Amino acid sequence: MEINNIIKDSNKVYSAPRLLDEVDMHYCPGCSHGVVHKLIAEVLDEMGLTEKTVGISPVGCAVFAYNYIDIDWIEAAHGRAPAIATAVKRLWPEDIVFTYQGDGDMAAIGTAETIHAANRGENIVMIFVNNAIYGMTGGQMAPTTLLGQKTSTTPFGRRVDLNGHPLEITELMKLLDGTCYVTRQSVHTAAAARKTKAALKKAFQNSIDKKGTSVVEIVSTCNAGWKMSPQKANEWMVENMFPKYPPGDLKDI
Amino acid sequence: MTQEIIIAGFGGQGVLSMGKLLAYSGLMDNKEVTWFPSYGPEQRGGTANVTVVISDKKISSPILDAYDIVVALNQQSLDKFTPKVKPGGILIYDKNGVNNKPTRSDIRIFPLDAIEATMQLGNSKAYNMVVLGALLQAMSYKIPIENVSKGLEKSLPERYHHLIPLNLEAIKKGEELIL
Amino acid sequence: MDGEVSLLKGNEAVAIAAVRYGCDAYFGYPITPQSEVIETLSALQPWETTGMVVLQAESEVAAINMVYGGAATGKAVMTSSSSPGISLKQEGISYIAACMLPALILNVMRGGPGLGTIQPSQADYFQATKGGGHGDYHLIVLAPSSVQEMVDFVTLGFDLSFKYRTPAMILADGIVGQMMEKVVLPPQKPRRTDEEVRKECPWAANGREGLRKRNIVTSLEMDPARMEVNNHKLQEIYREIEANEQRSEEIGTEDADYLIVAFGSVARICEKAREIGLQQGKKIGIIRPITLWPFPKKAVENAAKGKKGVLVVELNAGQMIEDVRLAVHDNLPVEHFGRLGGIIPSPGEILDALNEKLS
Repeated sequence: MEINNIIKDSNKVYSAPRLLDEVDMHYCPGCSHGVVHKLIAEVLDEMGLTEKTVGISPVGCAVFAYNYIDIDWIEAAHGRAPAIATAVKRLWPEDIVFTYQGDGDMAAIGTAETIHAANRGENIVMIFVNNAIYGMTGGQMAPTTLLGQKTSTTPFGRRVDLNGHPLEITELMKLLDGTCYVTRQSVHTAAAARKTKAALKKAFQNSIDKKGTSVVEIVSTCNAGWKMSPQKANEWMVENMFPKYPPGDLKDI
Repeated sequence: MTQEIIIAGFGGQGVLSMGKLLAYSGLMDNKEVTWFPSYGPEQRGGTANVTVVISDKKISSPILDAYDIVVALNQQSLDKFTPKVKPGGILIYDKNGVNNKPTRSDIRIFPLDAIEATMQLGNSKAYNMVVLGALLQAMSYKIPIENVSKGLEKSLPERYHHLIPLNLEAIKKGEELIL
Repeated sequence: MDGEVSLLKGNEAVAIAAVRYGCDAYFGYPITPQSEVIETLSALQPWETTGMVVLQAESEVAAINMVYGGAATGKAVMTSSSSPGISLKQEGISYIAACMLPALILNVMRGGPGLGTIQPSQADYFQATKGGGHGDYHLIVLAPSSVQEMVDFVTLGFDLSFKYRTPAMILADGIVGQMMEKVVLPPQKPRRTDEEVRKECPWAANGREGLRKRNIVTSLEMDPARMEVNNHKLQEIYREIEANEQRSEEIGTEDADYLIVAFGSVARICEKAREIGLQQGKKIGIIRPITLWPFPKKAVENAAKGKKGVLVVELNAGQMIEDVRLAVHDNLPVEHFGRLGGIIPSPGEILDALNEKLS
């Protein structure tokens, strides 16, 4: 086959998402954030939402999400993304508003904002990247850090008596009357990424349909923080994270 | 004309709303008015007081050392504010429960039996309107009753407007207490 | 409804003025002595008329971040609180200032520190004028002394805030918040349409309509050199505000022997002290800073010229006096009189203090 035939549009099986900027990402090789960004960029473009979407980026590794996805962004103070999203959505009801939050943002410093925005049933999407560690600040304990898991503030492993239990924030979100869709996904395989993409689509559609708050947790790896190779991190996630944070829909109404 | 007035009593005696109606009446009479309450826990049953200033010109301070008129509805308030009546000013107080009567001779003093007058009206809630009637009658600055009536319309929520005639009757009763 | 005269509490008046200004949203959390602001707004139901959003947030922290979010989209948004609540909001205020966003914040001050009292105070002067949150920033700080000014400063605060893309604070106290006075309310202005907001605030993040270049509202900059440039940009605006927006009011300063400097409701108590002083043959002038930041340096300096002394009266232990001293260059005695923790001095007390400290 001639090269010109191969690059014909009809033969195209994949292209870079139009909304994803062609810049080097600051994420570590093997990190889940890049894949999640790509999926968001694809979904927003495919759903024709580019002109009316506002993303709220968190404090944490994804603080620079606004450098990668070509939509309007507001950078939040740590944990406050759901409060900001609330105001944006209330003032621009036709806009699509999502927060992009890590485990610290969602389940530690921003627990109040997270729960109350969802409890009010704000028509927003909360994308929650749970990697059970604070990546940006150098690998400290997260609220979702597993028992026994070593971090720089639990160097001998997380202990209940010292550090309390891992917080299942997504299970809490399921209980709130304001949430319409609560799901837990992952992006460690192509199949898992496809499911996550479908979940994101459903979440944004819920927002268009004014059904309430959608929460998409993505159980993720932080191979740098976990001090593992990317491949080993994926295996560790499946073996250790999934039993505590099993993938699947928790609520879909 | 400037009238600096303080009304003081127990929380629940209607001190703040009496002051409010006085201020509204002054407003309806095209005057400048200021109403400043003691606020906070007092509202829940302790002592309450409210300063009302009515004037032809812009009003300066809502916080005062001395008053043209003091209305004291219990012993505590009487003890506290009697010394603060300006010489030549007016002190109105409710006789009920007062053991130590004011003795100043440089001011005009009007003891009231407002409870008795209220009972005669058959509506205990009208007590503060009776006292207000006495106050309006004692003031050298006279607010026409139609402006007091307009003040009632403004200060009462619409659902209580049917009570305006009753309030006006109580005010009239209070006026009669001042000779 | 033009020039409508009403008798209102300062807190109620702010709420009505906000609706009439065409404010897009109020986010707040109840705290004494200013809860009437959100109560009045809730009773007015402006979402049924102008479309204004009124939301009781889960905390002051959430409320100020809602303000941050709303302001980042170009809308005219506000919050209100009292001292302890304003402390909670400081992080958000710093972000709003850093991102050069317009917003209006009302602080009805109560006695502190800590939970303090619910009675009037002016002890948040430093917090309001010298920063409050982290980093080099300023707020435009307006100090109302009457219910009418509570109304007027909603408009002034929003207008200045949008003009300079700098958050504005109305720094009131429990007296102005709780006092009822005759006020003239402005006519109802329509809220700006989304199209007008997009046009007036091309920097705002509200969706890339027409596929325009994306807007990012952020205060983060990893490169210190660029962060320094960002800081210089803010400082340039602050110098411009200092040059153009100093406001003050003077009463009888020209032929006075003594000068009182006081802000907010305290200036009115001082006015009464001045009246009593005049009867005793004491000539006192008053200058009332209306903008606490920018502080009316020139006006205070001029008003103090030729006086025997200056008394700064505040409901705090001595905060604005520092700015007064800087303004008058220590050319004459500058003394302080303050009551603390929620106590309000009477006119007589102020006059006694002046006689004792300056005669």
